[in-house]
Amino acid sequence: MFITNYIKDIFNGMKSLLTGMKITGYYFTHHKEIITEQYPDNRATLKMADRFRGEVVMIHDENNEHACTGCSACELACPNGTIKIINKFELNAEGKKKKAIDTFVYHLELCTMCNLCIIACPTDTIKMEPNFEHSVFDRSQLTKVLNHTGSKIKAGVE
Amino acid sequence: MLSLENITNTIHEWLNATFNPTLALLSEFVLIGICAIALFAMLGLSLVLMERKVAAYMQLRLGPNRVGPFGIFQTVADTLKLMMKEGLTPDGADKFLFNLAPFVVMIAAMMLLAPIAFARGFQIWDINIGVLFLSAVSSVSVIGILMAGWASNNKYSFLGAMRSGAQIVSYELSAGLSIITIVILTGSLQISDIVNSQENGWWIFKGHIPIVISFITFLIAITAETNRAPFDLPEAESELTAGFHTEYSGMKFALFFLSEYINIFIACALGATLFFGGWMPFHIGHWEAFNQIMDYIPSSVWFMGKTFFLIFLLMWFRWTFPRLRVDQLLSLEWKYLLPISMINLLVVTVMAIMGWHF
Amino acid sequence: MIEELGTTSEGYMVINIGPQHPATHGVLRLVMTLDGETIIKTEPHLGYIHRSIEKMCESLSYRQFVYVTSRMDYLSSHMNNHGCSLVVEKGLQVEVPERAQVIRVLMDELTRVASHELWWGAMAMDLGAFTPFFHSFRERETITDIMEETCGARLTMNYICPGGVMADLHPDFQKRVKKFVALFKSKFHEYNELVTGNIIFQNRMKGVGILSAENAISYGCTGPVARGSGVSSDIRKLYPYEVYNKLQFDEVLETGCDSFARYMVRINEMLQSIKIIEQLIDQIPEGEFQAKTKAVLKLPKGEFYQRVETARGELGIYIVSEGGTTPYRIKFRSPGFSNLSALPHLVKGSKIGDLVATMGTLDLVIPDIDR
Repeated sequence: MFITNYIKDIFNGMKSLLTGMKITGYYFTHHKEIITEQYPDNRATLKMADRFRGEVVMIHDENNEHACTGCSACELACPNGTIKIINKFELNAEGKKKKAIDTFVYHLELCTMCNLCIIACPTDTIKMEPNFEHSVFDRSQLTKVLNHTGSKIKAGVE
Repeated sequence: MLSLENITNTIHEWLNATFNPTLALLSEFVLIGICAIALFAMLGLSLVLMERKVAAYMQLRLGPNRVGPFGIFQTVADTLKLMMKEGLTPDGADKFLFNLAPFVVMIAAMMLLAPIAFARGFQIWDINIGVLFLSAVSSVSVIGILMAGWASNNKYSFLGAMRSGAQIVSYELSAGLSIITIVILTGSLQISDIVNSQENGWWIFKGHIPIVISFITFLIAITAETNRAPFDLPEAESELTAGFHTEYSGMKFALFFLSEYINIFIACALGATLFFGGWMPFHIGHWEAFNQIMDYIPSSVWFMGKTFFLIFLLMWFRWTFPRLRVDQLLSLEWKYLLPISMINLLVVTVMAIMGWHF
Repeated sequence: MIEELGTTSEGYMVINIGPQHPATHGVLRLVMTLDGETIIKTEPHLGYIHRSIEKMCESLSYRQFVYVTSRMDYLSSHMNNHGCSLVVEKGLQVEVPERAQVIRVLMDELTRVASHELWWGAMAMDLGAFTPFFHSFRERETITDIMEETCGARLTMNYICPGGVMADLHPDFQKRVKKFVALFKSKFHEYNELVTGNIIFQNRMKGVGILSAENAISYGCTGPVARGSGVSSDIRKLYPYEVYNKLQFDEVLETGCDSFARYMVRINEMLQSIKIIEQLIDQIPEGEFQAKTKAVLKLPKGEFYQRVETARGELGIYIVSEGGTTPYRIKFRSPGFSNLSALPHLVKGSKIGDLVATMGTLDLVIPDIDR
């Protein structure tokens, strides 16, 4: 009948609204779980995942030595032209000319963190760091040189 | 005991004793004006903060927590920012109406404050048509909204204003009808009479189911009249960006924002007065000890508590429900609320004649 | 014709929804002709976020072009990468190890759940309810955390690569996925109580945006949009790839043809995805995660096509190879574009509020449409 349906509609509608309010009411009264991050405050405890791709860095050991041979595999693998390797020729102990990197230029502003350079590297000398705080005031500061000053290639790496 | 009534009486007597009656009356006007503006500012600041906190708690967030302890000065900072901002007037706008509209809305909200009884004997103007005054003046704000929407010369604003017009005109009816049920039971339009009639029990308890129905109708109607979700069609932000105040910025926008919250307060204060006994404490039959403890709580606390409970209900609605469509909004009013409240009115009238309420 | 400002010659109002508008979830522009609140005509104008991804891919090698596709439909980036990897593997005739296949399917399904979670929250927000957004993000955040741990990124993962996957699973992966499945199941009832069952929501959804099965086919709709009209279009069932033909799951079909049917398809698809995850999570076979491939990939001369089921529908990847290291021509058939093309038909004669609701059920990702 029309009237019973009408009243039933109203009651079912009210009931569905109250069920929704029960959920929000529950979370209002049980305010324990916070899903937002208190970001600048929790910097000390904030732990990014180990694999998080934030920026490319070059691994240096305690003697300021790295394993980059300047083979340009990463430069070729990069889809965006993020990496530019400038090589130089050094004389080694036996007086032979040997190729070594002069500067490993990394354009962070172009990088999409696709991880292809890391995979391409034959000596595993570059890796992804989970640092994500890249904001700077000047764009030129995003162009980085990855090899430290005065660093040289590890002995035995070809 | 320190009560608001005593304070006002003391000030009144002192003024009358010190100055001649005209000057005393004038200075009372000024005092009331200052108090009203201060109350407005306080309400605006606290209600916005309350809304944000309630929303945050329902959404598993913390809400404002940067400015001051627990973010209590956040709204102060926001207001300062809005004051500093440039109040832009669009080139194609009707400049006079565009600048007038926020003030119309604000003045309508301010006028509504007059007959509200905040505590025992603490009322600006105990006019004998108090309830009628409230429901009449509350519809003035729609003129301001229409003005804003029309003068902005923006299609979004225009659509929002038209929606607002249709909405407020419709929902005035069921709000009025549910108010009339209480007026019938009380036999008076005066706010103080209505409050006094609830000395032995609030109407929501005394009036049986018909009054509960009229309370629910009233609640829905005031949610719609104050343009709040789920009836926030005039500013429906996912449809009309910001509705009627799309073009407003700075303090002119802040006036709209503030008047929205003042309207909520007034509407909830009216609801508390009509259905929950205004500043009347909660009494249970013959429990004398209990009743005396209840009496010990100041009447202003009772009033504010009830009002803020209703405001919380409206906030609860807002942060739970999706928005209605414009035709559903009207069909809800004309097909459901209006017939129900009309039948309800008949039932209440019969109840009042036969004396079936407590 | 529409005049840019004001009204048409018939006296209808012309209004722009977008390019910047809260309801369009991106830079979509809809030019609408309105009679009061009623929509007479809708014209989607595209191209505001066109990045010429197809052309870019032509200059990138077969390993490199995969990462760009994460930026198309960023909410189902795994599926995009998956499709690209599959088409390259098809050309190279590479057999992908079993472990990599299972990992890929697991990632796809997790992404599908994450995408539908976001859609659910965003759609409730379109309808004016804000709280569901945060509730859905609670679960979605768990998935993005899992992704971050294993794939190294939260949105544009670039984890699936030609030959397998880029890295092995994180040791905690299984544990965390199980935790997520438990969390999802314990919270799923809230979705229905908060939104699905709500009378206002149902009234907004039911009988709105009717897309008949014939129209769904003729507009080329795929995915949940087509399945809401009762058109069977699940690529996982029709053209199974990887291990999908060994799995037990149902293709969710609704015959309501309206917005609510499309809504229910996505809600139930989440459950089916969870079912797939539960089947696979304990049965990840041991072995290599990557097939042996050459350093420089060269596809033989010819044409290659592969379709995958993303969260939005059928993604087709068509490669023409001249035998070199880069594709000669590449074409993506994106699901969003076809689904959007049905919008003018869906909203004709309804109200502005319905436009927003209907657009929500189409689940548009604008970068996917413009590419």
